[in-house]
Amino acid sequence: MNSAADPTPEHFSRLHPLTPLLRGWVWLAGAFAFGGQDAIRTGEPRRFALILPVIAIVGFGVGLGSWWFTRYGFDGDDLRIDSGIFQRRSRRVRLDRLQAVDVVRPLAGRLLGVSELRLEVAGGDSTEAPLAYLSADDAVRLRAELLARAAGIDAETPEAPERVIHEVPLGRLVGSTVLSGAFVTGVVLLVGLGGAFLFSSGEIAAGILSAVLPGAIGVGLALWNQLVRNFGFVLAESPDGFRIRKGLLDIKAQTVPPGRVQGVALRQPLLWRPTGWVRLDVDVAGYSGSSGTVGNTSSTLLPVATYDEAVGVMRQALGGADPGAIVLDPAPRRAAWLRPVGWRRMAYGADGRLIAVREGVLYRELTVVPHAKTQSVRLSQGPIQRRLGLATVHVDTTPGPVDATIRHRPQEQAQRIVEEQSERARLARKADVPEQWMSRHYDGDGTTAASIDQNGSTRVPHHDEEQDPPRDRDPG
Amino acid sequence: MPRRHSLPRVDQVFAPPGEEWQRVSVQLTSLRRLLLFFWAGVITAVVAGLGWWLFDWWMAAVAVGAGVVAIVWGRWLIRRNWQAWGYAEREDDLLVTHGVLFRKLTVVPYGRMQFVDVRSGPLERRFGLATVQLHTASPASDARIPGLPPDEAARLRDRLAALGEARAAGL
Repeated sequence: MNSAADPTPEHFSRLHPLTPLLRGWVWLAGAFAFGGQDAIRTGEPRRFALILPVIAIVGFGVGLGSWWFTRYGFDGDDLRIDSGIFQRRSRRVRLDRLQAVDVVRPLAGRLLGVSELRLEVAGGDSTEAPLAYLSADDAVRLRAELLARAAGIDAETPEAPERVIHEVPLGRLVGSTVLSGAFVTGVVLLVGLGGAFLFSSGEIAAGILSAVLPGAIGVGLALWNQLVRNFGFVLAESPDGFRIRKGLLDIKAQTVPPGRVQGVALRQPLLWRPTGWVRLDVDVAGYSGSSGTVGNTSSTLLPVATYDEAVGVMRQALGGADPGAIVLDPAPRRAAWLRPVGWRRMAYGADGRLIAVREGVLYRELTVVPHAKTQSVRLSQGPIQRRLGLATVHVDTTPGPVDATIRHRPQEQAQRIVEEQSERARLARKADVPEQWMSRHYDGDGTTAASIDQNGSTRVPHHDEEQDPPRDRDPG
Repeated sequence: MPRRHSLPRVDQVFAPPGEEWQRVSVQLTSLRRLLLFFWAGVITAVVAGLGWWLFDWWMAAVAVGAGVVAIVWGRWLIRRNWQAWGYAEREDDLLVTHGVLFRKLTVVPYGRMQFVDVRSGPLERRFGLATVQLHTASPASDARIPGLPPDEAARLRDRLAALGEARAAGL
C-alpha cells in the first residue's frame, strides 16, 4: 500500500513524545562505545568530542522523524500502524488472530512513565507490532481495547476484573534460583577457582583469575533468568485469559487470551526434586520468535510452584480438562536398547481432549497437548528402531518450549497412534474455542473465522457482558 | 505419471494400505542422477588431480575408482529413495511418506494449512519438475513433496488451497 492511495486517517494517534529521547539512548550509547574506544586508542579526545554531538543530533533527528511519521489506530476491525519516513509502511494486524498482548515497562521507561505494547500474532518471526513507547495509561487502555475487539465485544468495554491464582513467594524464587543447575555449577567453579587462587602465585594466579569469568557468567545468568525476570511473579485469571506480571527492573505484563495455549509442559529439574517444586511452560503461538534465545521467559506460566498448584493451573490452562486423569501406557521393554536409563518412565496416554507424554529420569517432564491444537502428526523410524520394531510419533504444535514426542513405541502401535491422533484432532478442531472468544456469532464448526470478519460490522455489542462476562473457555 | 494405489517398496507402517498412494515423477531420479554425476565428477577430478600431484598415478586411479563406486552406489540410492516417496490425499488430511534409512510419515490436516509453496528452480524446470510444500503453524510439520510434474503441482496447490480454506480452523 502506498501512502498516497491510502493516507493515514486523521484520528490516528502518535506514540509518546518521549519516544525519540528513549530510543536516542541507543545511538548515544553506541557513539560512546565506539567513539570512546577510538579516542582512548588514538589518544585524541578532541575528535571524539566533535563527533559525539553530531551522532547524538543525527540520532535524535532520525528518532524525531520516525516518531512524527509513526501513527497507529483502528481501521475497521484491524489495528493499523503506519510508519517510516521515506519508505512508508502500513501494517495491519488482524485482531481475531491475536495470540497475546504484552505490556513491557523497561527500567528507563518506568522512570519516565512510558510502556511498550507488544502484540503477538501467529506466524511472525519476531513480535509482530511493537508499539514503543506509549504512556503507561495509554498502553493499558489500548490493551483493554485490543482485547475487547479481539474477543468480539464492544471496544469500549473496560478491562475485565481479574482473580489472582498464584503468587510466587520471594523465598521460593530465591530457593529455586539457588537450586538451578547453572547456579550450582557456577558456584562450584568459583569456589574451586578461589581455592586454587589462594594456593598459587604470580602468573598462574592471573590465569586462574581469567578463568573465573565462565563461573561468574553462569551464576549471573541463573540469577538473572530466574530471580530478576520472575521477581514478583503474579499469575491471574480473567475473562480475557491469563495475566502474568513479573520483573524486578523491567516489568512485563502478559495477557494470553482463552484458547491460545497450544500446549503445556510440567518440568522438574533434578535439584528441585527434594523440595517438590515444578515449573510450568506453555506454547503460545507468536512467543516463538524469541524462544530460541537464552533466557526467554515469555512462555513461563509458573517459574516455580508446588506440584499441586502447578497441576491446578495446568488444568485451567487446558480449559478444565484434567491431565491427571489420563491413564499412561509405558513404553515397551525393548526401548531400553535406545534409552537404557529413562525407558521405564517413558509413557504416553490420551483421552477425549488431551494427549500426555511423560519422560525423563533426571529431568522429569510431563507434556500435555490438547487435540484441538495438534498441527500435524508425524511418524519416524531410524535404522536401529527398525531392528527393534519401534517407531516415534511426533505431535507437532506451534514453536515453543513444549514438544509432544512419543518415543520408541512398537511400530504397529505407533501407526495406530498416528491414525487415532489425526482423527481425535479432526474432531477436536470442530469443537474448539472460537477465535473471537466472546462472539456469539460462532456456530462451532470451525469454518466461520472468515465469515465473522465479513459481517463484523453487524456484530451487536452485548452490554450485559460487562457485568457478567461469559466463560467460553469450556466448549464441552 | 503412473498412478498406483499402493507403494510396493514401502513398509505398510509408513504407507497404510487402503489409501490412494501416488508416486512422484521418475524424472526426479534423472535430476538427482545428473547432480550426482556432476558433483561426483568434480570431486573425483579434484581429488585425483591432487593425488597425482602429491603422490603418483596410482593415487589418482584409486580416486577415480572411488568416484565410480560412489556413482554406482549413488544411482542405486537415488532409485531407492525415489521409490520411498509417496503421498495420498485423504478426505481431511494429506499424507506424505519418504525416506529409506530414516523413514517418515507426515499427516497434515488441510484445516491446519497456513500456506502452500510451489517451487521450481531452473534445473527442476528443465526436467519438468516442481516441489509443493505445505506449511502449518508448526515448523516441524515437514510436508514437502518434490518431483511433481508442473500440472500435478498446480492441481495439488489449488486443491490444497481450496480444502484448506473450506476446513480452516483457528489456531
